[in-house]
Amino acid sequence: MTAAQLSNLAMVSSVVLYTLAMLAHAAEWAFSRDLSAAKASARTSVAVGAGAPVEEPAPAVDPPSTGSSLRIDKAARMGVALMLVGFGVHLVSIVARGVAAGRPPWGNMYEFVTAASLLIVAGYLLLLWKWGTRWLGLGVALLAAVLNGLAVTVFYVPVAPLVPALRSVWFIIHIAAAILAGAMFNVGGLAAIAYLMKTRAEAKGTVKGVLAKLPAHAVIDRLSYRVLAFSFPIWTFTIAAGAIWAQYAWGRFWGWDPKETWSLITWVVYAAYLHARATAGWTGRRAAWIAILGLALFWFNFVGINLLVAGLHSYAGI
Amino acid sequence: MADDTRTTSPQANSTERADLAGARDTSDTPGHGGIAGSRSRRPAAETAPPEGRWGTVTYAWAILTSMRTAIILLFALAIAAVPGGLVPQRPTSPFQVSLWKQENPTFADLFEVLGVFDVYGSPWFAAVYLLLFVSLVGCILPRTSVYLKALRAPAAAPPRPVPKLSSAVPATATGSVEDVLAAAQRHLKRKGFRTRRLGDATAGTIAGEKGYLREAGNLSFHIALLGMLVTMAFTNLMGYRGHVIVVEGQGFSNTLTQYDDLSAGPFFNANQLEPFTLRLDMFKVRFEASNVQRGAAREFDAKVDLTTPTGGTQRLDLGVNNPIHVGSTDIHLVGHGYAPIVTVRDGNGEVAFSGPIVFQPVDGMMRSAGVVNARDARPDRLGFEGYFLPTSVSDENGIRSVFPDALNPELVLNAWAGPPVPETGRPMNVYVLDKAGMIQLKDATTGDLARMRLTPGDTYVLPDGKGSVTFGGWQRWTKLQISTTPGAWVMLGWLAVAVGGMTISLLVRPRRVWLHAADAADGTVDVHAAGVDRVDGRSGVADDRDALLAAVAVPVSAESPATAPATDVDEGSTR
Repeated sequence: MTAAQLSNLAMVSSVVLYTLAMLAHAAEWAFSRDLSAAKASARTSVAVGAGAPVEEPAPAVDPPSTGSSLRIDKAARMGVALMLVGFGVHLVSIVARGVAAGRPPWGNMYEFVTAASLLIVAGYLLLLWKWGTRWLGLGVALLAAVLNGLAVTVFYVPVAPLVPALRSVWFIIHIAAAILAGAMFNVGGLAAIAYLMKTRAEAKGTVKGVLAKLPAHAVIDRLSYRVLAFSFPIWTFTIAAGAIWAQYAWGRFWGWDPKETWSLITWVVYAAYLHARATAGWTGRRAAWIAILGLALFWFNFVGINLLVAGLHSYAGI
Repeated sequence: MADDTRTTSPQANSTERADLAGARDTSDTPGHGGIAGSRSRRPAAETAPPEGRWGTVTYAWAILTSMRTAIILLFALAIAAVPGGLVPQRPTSPFQVSLWKQENPTFADLFEVLGVFDVYGSPWFAAVYLLLFVSLVGCILPRTSVYLKALRAPAAAPPRPVPKLSSAVPATATGSVEDVLAAAQRHLKRKGFRTRRLGDATAGTIAGEKGYLREAGNLSFHIALLGMLVTMAFTNLMGYRGHVIVVEGQGFSNTLTQYDDLSAGPFFNANQLEPFTLRLDMFKVRFEASNVQRGAAREFDAKVDLTTPTGGTQRLDLGVNNPIHVGSTDIHLVGHGYAPIVTVRDGNGEVAFSGPIVFQPVDGMMRSAGVVNARDARPDRLGFEGYFLPTSVSDENGIRSVFPDALNPELVLNAWAGPPVPETGRPMNVYVLDKAGMIQLKDATTGDLARMRLTPGDTYVLPDGKGSVTFGGWQRWTKLQISTTPGAWVMLGWLAVAVGGMTISLLVRPRRVWLHAADAADGTVDVHAAGVDRVDGRSGVADDRDALLAAVAVPVSAESPATAPATDVDEGSTR
């Protein structure tokens, strides 16, 4: 088996594994349908400590639903385990692709998407390890399965060398930064979606089941902000590195090429997000919507601009 | 694992926030907010304009520099930039613009009036970004002065007595209040905190503050944005960019007349053109021949002889991602194509035209369109238009090129003839044949339009003794971009400041800690420590607080540090 074949096989396997992980997390969420809001918040307040004025000690195990708690936990652990295996296989695929091509594996849309989804999963696993954000599992597994599935079915191109326009050290720097920032935009966007779901349920007083399993809205909000505040400087660096490369390769640092323009639009929207969080009347749900708009723009810039609009960033089709 | 989720738990924060909501809105404390920093947090538009001559002006200024306006302007900028990202733009792709206008006649005129084909040069786009930058200045100036004051100020005093702060953790120490406070001060100084001593020998407080660099990073980022705008304007005013097509074996001398096109800023002076000449000795191009990405470019390599007054003649490589620099002038390879070598003999048997003639590629397989204009042919002037096909294939789909390299070159031309016209001196488009007064030649026997298909070396004799056309072979040409970018290095500096400043403003955690010590009845010292994280989305001041406490005292076992909320909500900062 050649490295290219291994890469393809592993990529398809990762789609299967992420789909299974998604099903396991879906089961976890389905089993928690009977969780009430009271229980969930009691659980959170254990962690809060002395800050809350009134506290009820939450029972370690809730007697009526012992079985369901166990089932929930089992499904969740299975989801995490499948995600870990999926990540390993995914990583093998990317590395094998790089070996087969003899260059960093992010030279076309297929490679960009699969590398980005690898970093999305990596980012999630890191957050899981550091802050226990297992509630992101369902969204991340779904996203990774969809992205890799699309990559395999729509964007797939066989291994090929780079066109001369991409042969530069800036190819490594500029694209790697774009992938990292884009992946973290996705993680932050998923958290923003979770935040909107949670606050909506809170406003309607229907926090139960799946939504009760989510952490308090302020926790989700803070996670979303942290991830996006991490990605924003990297996205800025992506644009800056692109400008340096453009000055070197095209003789101008900024030329309103469609890709440049949409990168700037994305940047401006995320800048608006960061400002919104510090402005009365714009925090909370409105800021979360801006974060989701930013994510939509990122994907439009990647898919829409690559396929619809001709520009200097068009290289050999997809 | 769950430490951080704990510290950001909702109850602690939301109750505190509710308490402090009033205080925050009326607060005039400078914020050290998120990356966005802080502006007047109360929307300016909700307050009535003040009375007096300057009332309206200051009112307008307050609105313009408010954070809410900044957000709206950011969105306006994003939306204003959209059409230029979808519709072709004249400065970068004039040809696409005319194509687009032909395909969308409904919008063409309206878009022309609105400036949609030159969004980034249009007044309304300029209005949006200039307003945004004025708003930015209005934000930077006051914040800089506040920051400079804060830099000289001692560490901030606690908003309330330390034991009453919700993040306060009690402890007991031995020795005197003075000893405890001195130890606390030593600890904080060692950790890089700015400190301040408050109170007296029986009950005193040490305040510590850290993370001043954040606001510096934030301000430098915003100043760098202004710097970029100014630098970009400078570059556009002083720089120029021109293009020239050079056929293999031919040369170019850097004077205004030799350019095919040139766009320059208003302050550009033709005397500034770097004196050099270059000759394109050879241009090698290689395409992917395997089935994967067949036809994709794999290598461009031009050998150029560059002659400068001081440096003599050097042989240089020019390629994609491999420009040539002459002084402050950059030479980039931006395009390539084929120039079939054509010799036209007229009805009198004289050579009316001879040489390579540039054809423009029209598809990915380098099918190239062009015209041969033999104006001097007699008795009839002759004109030809058609295609050069590097790898020609002809089947039921017609004649086309199936590979970009010249594996089976063919020249396909139609011929036109007409009476001579006097030289007008008017500039002509060399890529379009002006057919006014000319008729298309027909084959004498069949009556079909005369259409020649030539392989290298072929000669076609025109009907009616009008002359002949010989396809002698082909050469490659390169399109060179020659440009200067004054201020590029300054731009690089601003970019570094912007990225660095932003990173600092997101990494540095401004925080305040306080330690209060008072004599207790039993001869020991009562100690309380508290802390506050001063920015959005950060936590960790609890560690500083606990370390401070541990440095001077023994925690009271009943209430261990872990049970206290990690941080107070800062009343001065945004969230």
